[in-house]
Amino acid sequence: MDARFWLIQTFNGISYGALLFLVGSGLSLIFGVMRIVNLAHGSYFLLGGYVALSVIWATGSWLLAIPVAAATIAVLGLVMERVFLRPLGFDPLRQVLLTVGFAFLFQQAALDIWGGNNMDINPPEALTRSIVVAGIYLPLYRVFMIGMALATGTSLWLVMEKTRMGAAIRATVDDAQMARGVGIDTNRISMFIFALGAFLAALGGVIGGAFLGIFPGLDFEMLPLAFAVVIIGGMGSLGGAAIGALLVGLADNFGKALFPELSYFTLYAPMVLILAVKPTGLFGRD
Amino acid sequence: MASQNFKILGVAAVLVIFVLGVPHTSSFVVLLATRAMVFAILAMSLDILLGFTGLASLGQAAYFGVGAYLTAILATKFHVGLGWDFWIVVILGMLIGAALAAFFGLFAIRATGVYFLMITLALGQCVWGLAYRWNSLTGGDNGINVTNRPNFGLDLTNEQTFFYLVFAFFAVSLILLYVLVQSPFGRSLAGIRERELRMQILGYNTWLHKYIAFVIAGAFGGLAGVLWAHTNGLVSPETVVLTTSVDALLMVVLGGAGTLVGGAIGSAIVFGLREYLSTLVPWWQYVLGGVYVLTILYLPMGLMGIPARIHQAQSPSDRTGKMAVTEKLAPEPS
Repeated sequence: MDARFWLIQTFNGISYGALLFLVGSGLSLIFGVMRIVNLAHGSYFLLGGYVALSVIWATGSWLLAIPVAAATIAVLGLVMERVFLRPLGFDPLRQVLLTVGFAFLFQQAALDIWGGNNMDINPPEALTRSIVVAGIYLPLYRVFMIGMALATGTSLWLVMEKTRMGAAIRATVDDAQMARGVGIDTNRISMFIFALGAFLAALGGVIGGAFLGIFPGLDFEMLPLAFAVVIIGGMGSLGGAAIGALLVGLADNFGKALFPELSYFTLYAPMVLILAVKPTGLFGRD
Repeated sequence: MASQNFKILGVAAVLVIFVLGVPHTSSFVVLLATRAMVFAILAMSLDILLGFTGLASLGQAAYFGVGAYLTAILATKFHVGLGWDFWIVVILGMLIGAALAAFFGLFAIRATGVYFLMITLALGQCVWGLAYRWNSLTGGDNGINVTNRPNFGLDLTNEQTFFYLVFAFFAVSLILLYVLVQSPFGRSLAGIRERELRMQILGYNTWLHKYIAFVIAGAFGGLAGVLWAHTNGLVSPETVVLTTSVDALLMVVLGGAGTLVGGAIGSAIVFGLREYLSTLVPWWQYVLGGVYVLTILYLPMGLMGIPARIHQAQSPSDRTGKMAVTEKLAPEPS
């Protein structure tokens, strides 16, 4: 356990955190705006990966697969919100259960369409090499993941802070009733946010598919991790999601490396403590 | 109340027909019914929280899991619980479920609404994480095979005998939980479900009431776990995974929250669809998913709510009857 070990593990943790940020930020926005606990969020991740596979098989283009998969799943999320979730009104339990019902339907559909084998998304040759920094080999793909998360985070931040739409979203997070009162169409915001959340999760699925693989069950594997990100960071807060993702990524990596028998426990126990002490998360707004 | 007695008689009649009828069908149905009854106990324990107290828990599998792992570990590593001492394991299973719930409740009961859902999810994941990774104790991903069933005069390796035993546990649990919800304590839980603030003003320690309900639910979850270890013959992280908690929740909602027997009906339907339909058609999971979605959209009070709905349709003036229990989940953090 020398400095190299710590450096490599830290790098791995950060790059895993970058992936978790993509999944978690969408979930966090959805919760912040709509107070919906979306248990189908892991399914978006998985389906994103599968759609990307199909695009790659059909066209051979990995670059094309990223936007197509993300956009397809965004439409799916939009339809789910508009047709099924909105008629329920505000009713957390029924909303949660409905998203579970969909998670099961998606699971079966994915199994039927893409089969039960573990499949890999192969990124282009250029990204599979490693770069050497200070004598440590860093896989270029992990660097790319960090870059993607940074780019996504920055654009989300710009939209949220600098545009009128973003201001309306922030207003809805803070107080939906008041936002409606001043003429913000919160229904449209909800629909947009749900689609955006699905988009981000699917993006994560395409990018994560290259090093996690794409397999049945991945949906319910990613879901609790995404929740950990959201809860630790604070619901509805973008900065919180970033820090939460980083913490979860590092905790997961070091947990697995240092105390393998307790690794998931070291991830979820802090989540419980944070929820018990400050239910809105470390950076959430009350 | 005459109608209440009528309902009890109805449930008793169905149970008698069930216990007399099922053993005469195929061994497959007996196995299926046994499994469904174990999950019915789990679903009923969750109904105490969801239907009667208004607490939607996403972590009920945790108590189920510790009960099952306890049974499996005692049976395989210490050869305890395979004879008369099976009854000691049953009590230990309930105690460990209650103890875990007593510990988890300290964190969870403070939270309300969506936050309660999340914190119970996180607590459930803690147990899952330990089950999955603590190889030396739990066998990790492979789990633990429980090859021997108890034999204490009654040979439980016989599926029919085992069916009768599980039925006895199921019936006793149903009676005990029914007595509980009808008791003054149970009525105070319903009061908390309807409006917690009012109960506080009336002088009830609502935290303590909810905490006790949580512990009782944990004990029955543990009991279901003990039975599951012997029913399934394999205890693995699958037992405590998030989807098990979710399944239990859906069973309760499908049958009708706040009715106890609703959980049993939900369990029967889910197992029927999952294990029976899956032998007939490959697309059974669509049916299950579709049933969930349709129930939640159109039958918020579950299948047990159908008579009330028909009644309501006939007399439109009586619309302010029992509210759906799911309505009162406060969105605000405490």
